[in-house]
Amino acid sequence: MTTPLAGYLLVAALLFAIGLAGALVRRNAILVLIGIELMLNAANLNLIAFWRFGPHPEALTGMMFAIFSIAVAAAEAAVGLGLVISIYRHTNTTELDKINRMKG
Amino acid sequence: MNVVFYLLAALTIGGGLAAVLLKHLVHCALATTVAFAGLAMLFLQLDAQFAGFAQILVYIGAVAILIVFAILLTRGSELPKDGVFSRSWFVGLAIAAGVFAVLAWAVLQSVRAVPQQMAVPAVSVRDIGNALVGRYVLPLEIVALLLTAATIGAVIVAMHEKERPKS
Repeated sequence: MTTPLAGYLLVAALLFAIGLAGALVRRNAILVLIGIELMLNAANLNLIAFWRFGPHPEALTGMMFAIFSIAVAAAEAAVGLGLVISIYRHTNTTELDKINRMKG
Repeated sequence: MNVVFYLLAALTIGGGLAAVLLKHLVHCALATTVAFAGLAMLFLQLDAQFAGFAQILVYIGAVAILIVFAILLTRGSELPKDGVFSRSWFVGLAIAAGVFAVLAWAVLQSVRAVPQQMAVPAVSVRDIGNALVGRYVLPLEIVALLLTAATIGAVIVAMHEKERPKS
């Protein structure tokens, strides 16, 4: 039987792979952003798991890293979805196959 | 490794899979919220109460709402005619499977060598607050600046542009 840390790391790896597949496979730009959010969350789960089972949890390093990562991910989501809305205004679509010119 | 962990892991992975695979974007947003909630409960299971509740507040409270707003503002609830997956979907699937295989192999190879503390860490929210305004005060200020800049930037990017004459 695997250790608890290995279980959490495997869940995080699987979630990261699912997010990567979503970001690579889907056509819609919003779904690509959702995939990126899932990948960021998987990284956060790794940080918290290493904080919990690693030495010196009272130093709070992994926990702080995860908290700052959550804040940065929120900023990223706001800017990314703003960009999607702006692109939709220009091209009238959010499908990435059809957004194929750089001229605004 | 108790049964609660397996239930929460199944909830999180199932939510993630549904978010990637479902056709309707609104269903995808709902499944993403389920995955975020499962992750928050995994954080609580790891005795990281502050991170778990921050996850609920930030992801379920803000990011999921933002995603729903973006879907509704871009008419994403209409199904596209030529499928929701890109033409080269097998390449993306192969890359993701390869990444998972490498990560799982590395985890299973190395995790026995890592010493594990099983004792529950005695960390209160008071300690986290003291650390935030003590040792981590510079990152905290930078994150505050980043959030301000991101808010202003998102508003400016998504603001309705006036029609300019074509030059």
